[in-house]
Amino acid sequence: MIENFDKIIVFTVFGFGINATIFSTWIIMAILMLLSWLATRNLSHTVGGKVSRVQTAMEAIVKAIHDQIKAADPHNNPMVFMPMIGTFFLFIAVANLLTIIPWFKPPTASLSTSLAYAICVAVVMFVYGFKTAGFLGYLRKYIEPHPIMLPLNIISDIASIFSLAVRLYGNVLSGCVVGTVLLALVPYLIPLPLQLLGLLTGTIQAYIFAILSIMYITSVEPKKRK
Amino acid sequence: MDNIGLIGAASVLAAGLAIGIGGVGPGIGEGNAAHAALKAMAQQPDEAGNITKTLFICMAMCESTAIYAFVITMIILFANPFWNHVIETVAK
Repeated sequence: MIENFDKIIVFTVFGFGINATIFSTWIIMAILMLLSWLATRNLSHTVGGKVSRVQTAMEAIVKAIHDQIKAADPHNNPMVFMPMIGTFFLFIAVANLLTIIPWFKPPTASLSTSLAYAICVAVVMFVYGFKTAGFLGYLRKYIEPHPIMLPLNIISDIASIFSLAVRLYGNVLSGCVVGTVLLALVPYLIPLPLQLLGLLTGTIQAYIFAILSIMYITSVEPKKRK
Repeated sequence: MDNIGLIGAASVLAAGLAIGIGGVGPGIGEGNAAHAALKAMAQQPDEAGNITKTLFICMAMCESTAIYAFVITMIILFANPFWNHVIETVAK
């Protein structure tokens, strides 16, 4: 009964079966690229000049993400992380909000998507740690309080990456499964509040994913005086 | 009891216990978080927006432990490797 969205084949291209997860990812990519193109068609700086409404909306969203990154990590220029974190937040938020469309299968309800994003965060965590604290300085974090904590620190690192993936996957999947079960039992009005709750938790999980990835990435950095 | 019955019964029991016991801790934790947030909002009503935002983040973190238990239950019920192995052995 549990939907494994990786097994539903939508159509085949050159011999590859395109499953529902990849198809939904393409739809979300198309929506985001269309919105970005519409917003940046005639970019204008001046307040007196004509600023399109889509551009203003996009600027508000980008400023909100910028402020959140600055609140999570006050020591750096937020624009360094904005492409990756902004993409994570926008993609996961749009993916979870589009579950309101009846036959849309959210791509984050598949462990492959969430684990892929968590591995991206892990790679950036390592690379940024090596870049700012040096190779040995980064490895020193594993024997930080006492060298006997070495296995525990390694496990806690791996566990935080996995928890990042499973938190996103579990929240979205539980929303879908509860919706399916309730539709089978009491289809008339009861699934509605749970669908709303699913939308709310989807947006919150997008925000949590972005903020936690910032916190993991900048956790090793030596705090410079500003 | 033969193998199939034993594995089936153990899986069902494990699934029920996993989500049952796994839901207790996060429930208590979220209740405590809501209690602290409501008390803070009663003392400083102007900061209600900030407090609400932080409350949602804390609730999401508490929720993640419950989600881990839920994922384990789903795996036991629907993607159980022991059940699949026993079914394959019997089918042969």
